[in-house]
Amino acid sequence: MFRLSKRQVITLIIVGTFLLYWVRLFYIQVIDDRYQISATNNAFRYKIQYPGRGLMYDRNEKLLVYNEPIYDLMVVPMQVDSSMNWKLLSKILEISLEDCQERLKKARKFSRYAASTFEKQISKEMYGRLQEYLYSFNGFYIQSRTLRRYPQAVAAHVLGSVGETDEGELKNNGYYRSGDYIGKSGLEKFYETDLRGKKGVNVVMVDVHNRERGSYKDGKYDSVSIPGSALYTTIDLVLQEYAEELMKNKRGSIVAIEPSTGEVLAYVSSPTYDPNLLVGRVRSQNYLKLLNDPSKPLFDRAIMASYPPGSIFKLAQALVGLQEGVITPSSGFTCDQSLIGCHNHPSAMSLQDGIKMSCNPYFYAVFRRILMQGKDNNRFIDSELGLEEWEEYMHGFGFGSKLGIDIANVKSGLIPGPKYYNKRHGKQRWAFSTIYSLSIGQGEIGLIPLQMANLAAIIANRGFYFTPHLVRSIGEDRHRPNIDTVRHKVGIDSIWFLPVVRGMYGAVNEAGGTARQARMENIAVCGKTGTAENPHGEDHAVFISFAPMDNPKIAISVFVENSGFGGTWSAPIASLIIEKYLTGEVKRVDLEKRMKNAVLNRP
Amino acid sequence: MEVTSQRGLEKKWWRTIDKPLLILYVILVVMGWFNIYSAVFDPDMADTFSFTSRYGKQLLFIGLAFTIAIVIMVIDVRIIIQYTYFFYGITVALLVLVLVVGTEVSGAKAWIQIGGLSIQPAEFAKFTTALAFAKYVSSPDINMRRMFSQMKSAVWFILPVILILLQPDAGSALVYAAFLLVLYREGMTGKILAAGAFLIFLFVISLLVHQYWIISGLVAIALVVFFYGEKTFGRIVLILSALLVCSAFVFGVDYAFDRLSAHQKSRINVLLGKDADIKGTGYNVNQSKIAIGSGELFGKGYLDGTQTKFNFVPEQSTDFIFCTIGEEWGWVGTTIVLSLFLTLLLRIIMLAERQRNNFFRIYGYCTASIIFIHIFVNIGMTIGFIPVIGIPLPFFSYGGSSLWGFTLLLFVFVKMDMKRYVM
Repeated sequence: MFRLSKRQVITLIIVGTFLLYWVRLFYIQVIDDRYQISATNNAFRYKIQYPGRGLMYDRNEKLLVYNEPIYDLMVVPMQVDSSMNWKLLSKILEISLEDCQERLKKARKFSRYAASTFEKQISKEMYGRLQEYLYSFNGFYIQSRTLRRYPQAVAAHVLGSVGETDEGELKNNGYYRSGDYIGKSGLEKFYETDLRGKKGVNVVMVDVHNRERGSYKDGKYDSVSIPGSALYTTIDLVLQEYAEELMKNKRGSIVAIEPSTGEVLAYVSSPTYDPNLLVGRVRSQNYLKLLNDPSKPLFDRAIMASYPPGSIFKLAQALVGLQEGVITPSSGFTCDQSLIGCHNHPSAMSLQDGIKMSCNPYFYAVFRRILMQGKDNNRFIDSELGLEEWEEYMHGFGFGSKLGIDIANVKSGLIPGPKYYNKRHGKQRWAFSTIYSLSIGQGEIGLIPLQMANLAAIIANRGFYFTPHLVRSIGEDRHRPNIDTVRHKVGIDSIWFLPVVRGMYGAVNEAGGTARQARMENIAVCGKTGTAENPHGEDHAVFISFAPMDNPKIAISVFVENSGFGGTWSAPIASLIIEKYLTGEVKRVDLEKRMKNAVLNRP
Repeated sequence: MEVTSQRGLEKKWWRTIDKPLLILYVILVVMGWFNIYSAVFDPDMADTFSFTSRYGKQLLFIGLAFTIAIVIMVIDVRIIIQYTYFFYGITVALLVLVLVVGTEVSGAKAWIQIGGLSIQPAEFAKFTTALAFAKYVSSPDINMRRMFSQMKSAVWFILPVILILLQPDAGSALVYAAFLLVLYREGMTGKILAAGAFLIFLFVISLLVHQYWIISGLVAIALVVFFYGEKTFGRIVLILSALLVCSAFVFGVDYAFDRLSAHQKSRINVLLGKDADIKGTGYNVNQSKIAIGSGELFGKGYLDGTQTKFNFVPEQSTDFIFCTIGEEWGWVGTTIVLSLFLTLLLRIIMLAERQRNNFFRIYGYCTASIIFIHIFVNIGMTIGFIPVIGIPLPFFSYGGSSLWGFTLLLFVFVKMDMKRYVM
């Protein structure tokens, strides 16, 4: 065995130590980049410049949403001097000393080096007091932000709300940092990327005493914030306010559309709430309150509630029957109440009368002819073939699928087709006799109020619709939102609309019509009532309408839950809105008063 | 070999001085100054040069250090040899004096204030102890192969260790472990060195792992050693007693650790990774690692280190000066500094081995060992290998006493080397 001399052993110890250190240095300097990140957190403060969120205007450029500056107190736990005057800080912030410590602990848990919010949304007054002493609170600094404010407490469901990003949103989108705001519902959510603008950042160097030591590399890594784009909505503020007023103390919704463009003029879901409630420090508290409210004010009935449409659905059946050639405008059917229940009225001798009087047996017969066209001798197969074709037509009307409106969480409703019934009853185990209640808009079928209003728009346009939308243009350059501008044809020739429109006119304006309460001097209103059977209580009332009959300016659906017959409440409310929109003022003061004061939301 | 006259040599000092050592010394001191400048550099006062700042003072210290070096070059080496014990006596007396009249800085009475100048006697004691130890060990009537002689010689460095521990300054005391390397070179068996290393290993392990596991391990090792060797009675006794001593040591460490002050405990725990309190005790080490680690391959550039500039690392111009190199010059910089130090150490050992005079050789080894242990502890501390022990990095760290101490230590050896043919 060879022996090392003592000199060699000592040399080996020295060289060995140096080699070990050298490798270790290679590891921490070149391989492990953890320290690089820590150093950045140590000495840089990324001061985020939050841009103002885009404003929102109504169709006449009246302000709906604006921003109010607020201040957040941020803390970098590592830089906090624990011996500072906590008492003073807690006094300025109006929180307890324990709360102060608790918040610091929480911030430290999140990160020692990165900033956390210590106190959110400080008022201007508090900010003033804090500013005076801030120099003595090492590790604290103020970040300015903005909050949403609403000059009028209207259109809460349309505008939506803004809240702090949750974990899911942080994970899905790299743009957001914890504590950032994001649109949570309504237009705020749908147009988030337009509204939010672009955050800017100032990279500032900070020394160990939390003093800012100027911008890093003369601002080489800074970026300027870009303010969010404004939304020019289609909402008519005056009409919206009026509609909301009418819906007070009622459950339901109103959707009014300009038929020639698809622009939504008014959009109400009742009960509603003051959008100012879901802003700032009070947001989470109020949100919980609204969430737990049994009347569900957060639930957007206009696009999320699916109801059987009742008799308004007969309009679509009439059109399909005409297009299919199974009936003519002059087809008459006796009011045979042994087939299906009806109210007392003379038998309808034409389609126009059938609609005007909303005769159930009439549309039972129409639907029967649509489904059973004799294409097969087996009535089961015949019904299935008929329903298949019918389903196509219904999709053409925008039923049973999502309308592409620019608001989040829109539902599609339900149009049951052969697939649905085959699954439910078994193949060839159902026929017209099983599903005839579809003819009068009852049964499994479901439409959302937006689809109902769109039906009115389709009839007003005599056969087509534009996708209903809430935003006309965006930003300074007024570019159009990314919504289709296609003229959606529903697959019914325009000539077949004449008897239907006449019937709707009759329902409102002629003796024996079901919607006489919607009648107005000087304006030719067309409408159709509906009553959606409600197994849980009083029936829901619906009225769809457009006016004037020729060259329609407004199409509307008014849905009032648990209000019984459609003509009693829904029709007058719709006519008041039409009057307001077309003439600018309401002359029928008594009717208006009666509608406003009606309380229909008793549990 | 031709022997030139002494007079001739003195005239041609430039020919006889060891140029590599001289150049290494100058490079290290100059690099040190630039790093101190960066460590205390304040971007807000970049245009003013001030002699009251640390880099200004260090410039004065360097001037004085060069003067010391020149004086050593001029005076006769025989005077140094003659008065060796006297110098030793003076520093020991100063070490006693500092305990009485010393100024306390961060818990240790280590400084003597003379006018505007503070002196740290411990920094000079290394030099005088090295001289005295070398002189004693090299005296003809000492046989270093004998254990007793080794123990007697150890008294020379144990005395200052005790005095320094009384300050208390464990870091500076630890430096005297350097003399164990010299003892080893001059006769002490390597087994003691190995045993020492093994005990340190056991010490660390027993803080990390439960003692019963360690003792099980020790028993297993003992059995293996027993079966693979002669099974004589003497061997069995030796193995058993070694086992006993080790076990006692393990329990002893545990017992002692329980009785340490909370402050010392947490320092050790941080090092062992048991305690991640980076804001408390681990703050220095963590910040130091961040500074070095963020330098990456090429560093952030001179005066551009953010951790350096904004004082995130405490004591950066003194004990943590290596961070500045790491951050601003990157791995390339640390590699260069390590190579310079390694070259210096190996050169000293090479020169020591070529001395005919035992005194000179032993003194050379003392010089190399003392410098080595400083580097070992200081850099080891900044990269988190060793607990925070406040000792300077030779030639680099801010401070007059340490720079002068190292200059004396090194240049006396350089002088000896110049005279190696005549003495």
